[in-house]
Amino acid sequence: MLNTFIGDAGHLSVILAFVAATVAAYSYFMASKGRALGDTDAGWLRLARGAFFVHSAAVVAIILCLFNIIYEHRYEYYYAWSHSSNHLPVHYMISCFWEGQEGSFLLWIFWHVVIGLAIMRFNRKWEAPVMAVFSFVQLFLTSMILGVVIFNVKIGSSPFILLRDFLTDLPVFKLNPNFVPKDGTGLNALLQNYWMVIHPPTLFLGFALTLVPFAFAIAGLWKRELTTWVKPALPWSLFGGLILGVGIVMGAYWAYETLNFGGYWNWDPVENAVYSPWLVLVASVHGLVLWQRSRTALRTSFVLVIATFLLILYATFLTRSGVLGNASVHSFTDLGLSGQLLIYLGAFVVLAIGLLVSRWKDIPVSEKELTTYSPELWVFIGATVLCLGAFQVLFTTSIPVYNAFLGFIGIKSNLALPADQIAHYTKIQLWMGVFVAFLSGLAQIMWWQRNDKETLTNSLTVPGILTLLGAALVILLVRYNKLTMSPAYIALLTTALFGVLANLGMIFTLLKRRVALSGGAVAHVGIALMLLGILASAGYSNIISKNVSGMVYSKEFTEELNRDNVLLWRNEMAPMDGYDISYTGQYFDVPGVPEYVNKEVLFRTDDEYKALARSDIKFGDKLYYKAGDTVEILPENTYYRVEYKDRKSGEAFTLYPRAQVNEEMGGLLASPDIKKFLGHDIYSHISSVPDPSKEKDWSEVKEHVLSVGDTIYLNDYFAVFRNVEPAHETAGLGLTKGDIAIQADFVVSGEKKQYHVHPVFVVRNRLIGRVPDEVEDLGLRLSFVNVDPTNKKFTFGVSTTQKDYIILKATEKPFINLLWSGTLLMALGFGMAIAKHRREARRAPQAATPVVKKPRVSRQPAPIA
Amino acid sequence: MKKSHILAIAVIAVAIGIIMSTVGDASVYVSFREARERAAEGNLTKVHVVGRLPRDGQKNIMGLEYNPTLDPNYFAFTLVDTNRIAQRVIFFNPKPQDFDKSEQVVITGAMRNDVFVADKILLKCPSKYVEKDIKGATASR
Repeated sequence: MLNTFIGDAGHLSVILAFVAATVAAYSYFMASKGRALGDTDAGWLRLARGAFFVHSAAVVAIILCLFNIIYEHRYEYYYAWSHSSNHLPVHYMISCFWEGQEGSFLLWIFWHVVIGLAIMRFNRKWEAPVMAVFSFVQLFLTSMILGVVIFNVKIGSSPFILLRDFLTDLPVFKLNPNFVPKDGTGLNALLQNYWMVIHPPTLFLGFALTLVPFAFAIAGLWKRELTTWVKPALPWSLFGGLILGVGIVMGAYWAYETLNFGGYWNWDPVENAVYSPWLVLVASVHGLVLWQRSRTALRTSFVLVIATFLLILYATFLTRSGVLGNASVHSFTDLGLSGQLLIYLGAFVVLAIGLLVSRWKDIPVSEKELTTYSPELWVFIGATVLCLGAFQVLFTTSIPVYNAFLGFIGIKSNLALPADQIAHYTKIQLWMGVFVAFLSGLAQIMWWQRNDKETLTNSLTVPGILTLLGAALVILLVRYNKLTMSPAYIALLTTALFGVLANLGMIFTLLKRRVALSGGAVAHVGIALMLLGILASAGYSNIISKNVSGMVYSKEFTEELNRDNVLLWRNEMAPMDGYDISYTGQYFDVPGVPEYVNKEVLFRTDDEYKALARSDIKFGDKLYYKAGDTVEILPENTYYRVEYKDRKSGEAFTLYPRAQVNEEMGGLLASPDIKKFLGHDIYSHISSVPDPSKEKDWSEVKEHVLSVGDTIYLNDYFAVFRNVEPAHETAGLGLTKGDIAIQADFVVSGEKKQYHVHPVFVVRNRLIGRVPDEVEDLGLRLSFVNVDPTNKKFTFGVSTTQKDYIILKATEKPFINLLWSGTLLMALGFGMAIAKHRREARRAPQAATPVVKKPRVSRQPAPIA
Repeated sequence: MKKSHILAIAVIAVAIGIIMSTVGDASVYVSFREARERAAEGNLTKVHVVGRLPRDGQKNIMGLEYNPTLDPNYFAFTLVDTNRIAQRVIFFNPKPQDFDKSEQVVITGAMRNDVFVADKILLKCPSKYVEKDIKGATASR
């Protein structure tokens, strides 16, 4: 049944949310207009608050409506039909939300609502001007999902559009406008991963958090409170840096686990579009901290805080307008909203920069010249380095934008992204890492002490010597393992070690003073460890699946080419680097059973999601299914069992890289399986399998006439015909009374184990039916052709096929755990810093009068900043 | 000179360096004719070529060569660029699984002797994300 009510309710909520945001923005503006900070017009303020509450309620209503559509499988709606399906587990229904553009906008809107309500509660004094900015942003964002056509201009794209309104040309809707599909097309297989349930909300929370310091900065400029905004904004900036940083690494981890490009970072424009605002956000945190401590770098802080938010908007434009086109694998589909996004971006760029320029002269600058011995100088240089790193990523990622722009003004441009993106980005980002690691150590030491030549030398000596010793040791070890190390790598190794040791030393010193102060040092240890992890795992990532078969198809270019994939025949062991590996069959995931279940014990039925157990399924002592039971399976993914055995240590482990045949996504989607060791990961993925959509090529059937007890060779395997018995597996045949079904029992000895083969012979209404049995392991098929009851002879047809194989790529990633544990430390450090700054902001809410209250109009350029 | 001036000059210098490196590393979309000319001049930088796969009457792609049992890391095909120039391309990796369905192919690499050696293949499938058809829509009801 077509249910239009829920969609109408949802769409109405969107319109309400939009109108309420408009009212809130205007009323908050009026409440604060022409008045000093903290002094508001009570009438306008009441109206504004009411409007924002209505807006919040409407946003929640939109989410509930959309979730109901997905949860109840209402496929009359395009969103449910294109992003979900009947068999989707509930926790992945949440991911459906953000598979589409509209839902991800909704997520972003939702976080703004939550943060907005928190500000209304905790930052009363700043409420009116800050919430005016918030509501203004909400106005734009809700307009993106408005789905209203005014004067032939489409404003926004509604998630509540009916399928028949989306696919208007489909003939079925002309015949029956109330047609509802029985199943949806399903969630993109790559998004069916638990990281995809939590990674997008994390990232969008990070996006939303960048609005807070931006709104405070704008409110500060507007209300001429040019210095006091820093204190309430700083904890939010730190929180944003934490969430966005963690969100980026989560995305990297998802890519590492799910995609098969062989790593965690691909310099894809979508990744870059989040990475560069994060760098600027971290730089802005340093600017704000400098102002809090030394009353310097305020102009820089303004610029960086505003730039962060504008970069987030630019990132949104990049990934959602379709401008990236060929350049990215995972940008969203173009919804024809690029014009709207450009207006959005343009409006904020003009307003924010205009306001900043008009107040620029009034922003206080510090008069003291920074010396080499002031930590502020080095922190400032560190922030600058971060910005330069961000600039490189942004400048290169924008190449498709230049093309689009030049095309727009009529110049044909054929510029493309660098062919070797890794090399291009690495040559700058690596040096950014070197400087960041070094400066983080140096500035951290200087930050907590009075500096002159003597004290600085003293406190640098110990970490300096330890660093050089450690670096020398590592370089020797690398050489010992017959690997080379370029000067750039040595520089990064040395500075990152220095970053770790200097900051660790600082943590121990601060433990004696106050633990709460060490947030910065902890975060910097984390960053330095991440750099070491990246250096080791990316710089020394080692492909162990080199083709060593000696069979090379072409001799054209043999010299320097990498042949990174090996072919593994089923059940045949092959040497690979230090391992012996073998591919031993295809498996399914069966819910409720702790391990994957071999396809060979499952008899597939017409229902894709159900199979019959051909033998008992048990693991350990527990029996999960008896032979003949109906087993629920998840048929999308096939798991390829690959056994590894270390030739030296004899240690063995098993990996199950998976692949999914998916017509819509085009072919085979492979995901890796990773064996984690303390010091390295073994990462393997399938590169290719025999085309599953093609019928197998069977040899011509060869007939054998046998008596019970006979022995024959089948496809080079020794086989015994043991018996003929009534058939066990008749569930799929639909037998009725009077039908006869018998099966033969063969035992075939394969390389590793024995296989029971049961071809079935059926007599039904005097018609003969045959159900052949296949041993995939051996590439063998047996059919029960005929029975000669008088002579007790039985005829069997035997055909063979090429054995199953997989093509595998395997990589060793050394010390990748440093990256993940560094991330956790970084997050911990950010958390400690947030706690510290929140306490400070609360302790002295008003007393913190800044040094320069009435800013002097300075005509001279700032010494720094 | 003040420190801030030195710093400002250094920042500008690095920024210019970054822009230069981007301009230097940026690749271009070219036709096979231009790719051959570049190779003839000894310019071995990698380029992007956009093309289509030639198909016969039954919509089968012509000229695919992939025999994994012999060499899993050798895949060869013919690509026809936008100027309708056909070129043999080899890719020293397994054949991408969705290759047969793709409409448009973007390759990066360079000409070596008479063949184009690709190191990356980007496929554009007809409807990778937006579904335009309902399976079995006419069958039910």
